[in-house]
Amino acid sequence: MGTGMLLSSEDLGFMIEGIFSFQIGDHTLWITTSHICTLIVLLTLIIFSFFAKGAIKKGADVPGVFQNIVELIVELLDKMVSSTMGWSAYKFRNYIGTIFIFILFSNISGLFGLRPPTADYGVTFPLGVLTFTLITVCKFKYQKPIGVLKGLCDPWPFWLPINLIGDFAVPISLSLRLFANVLSGTVMMALVYGLLKVVAYAWPAVLHVYFDMFSGAIQTYVFCMLTMTYISDAVGDEVKA
Amino acid sequence: MDGMFNENFILGCSAIGAGLAVIAGIGPGVGQGIAAGHAAAAVGRNPGAKGDVTSTMLLGQAVAETTGLYGLLIAMLLLFVKPLMP
Repeated sequence: MGTGMLLSSEDLGFMIEGIFSFQIGDHTLWITTSHICTLIVLLTLIIFSFFAKGAIKKGADVPGVFQNIVELIVELLDKMVSSTMGWSAYKFRNYIGTIFIFILFSNISGLFGLRPPTADYGVTFPLGVLTFTLITVCKFKYQKPIGVLKGLCDPWPFWLPINLIGDFAVPISLSLRLFANVLSGTVMMALVYGLLKVVAYAWPAVLHVYFDMFSGAIQTYVFCMLTMTYISDAVGDEVKA
Repeated sequence: MDGMFNENFILGCSAIGAGLAVIAGIGPGVGQGIAAGHAAAAVGRNPGAKGDVTSTMLLGQAVAETTGLYGLLIAMLLLFVKPLMP
């Protein structure tokens, strides 16, 4: 008990469980289900991208099924990014596409019996921090330090602390939204399976469609949409130099 | 005094607190309903903009949902992590 957030020793299906531990100095490091599930998701994506690269390199004039699918995915992501971000889209296409595919696969992995990695605050918070870093760097790069200071003292100078809190709330609310949504889906599925036992036969598939696929896709879309909105806010609508 | 506030008492109070925390779900429910209603009205007025209206509505609803999720998180912390247990 009390080894960390949701890392307790109860037998309730949705907890993060330690697989094995090792000692470094006087610290105990746990390899948990989140690590394993993240690795599985990453391996799937790496293998997929390997094949996708091969298919695109061959580049048949009449594309096959797989090449069509890959081109469809890339075109969809490109369209989404460029319709939201305007002139700066070409710089952030790779980042947005990467986090979109990673979060989507993580959310959907509940369908395949994994514990979704995004239901661990240790996975979503780094994603939020990544976005926050990108926003801050873009602010300093495109608005120059003077512009950043002006933005912080927006209506009046004594508004500065409130604006600062607003800035630092961005990664926390981004990551908590994703985490809580996926976690609530995971917990509800675990309760359905754990408490109903025999009665939970076949019909929970409907719940899976809602919690894993619909909710997961929506949350992925929302995370990427908010990231893009914040970044294009930071970049400003400067004309392409 | 010690006998009065034993572990079962704290456990029961945590469960009541978790139930109260989930009342936070009322706000996002009302807010999302209002957003969906206005989106339906917007689509009725301008059916051509259905895609844009839907994506804007979903984004706004997801942001409005955050407060409810905070309540849910508090409830889950109270039930499963039991921070009040000695």
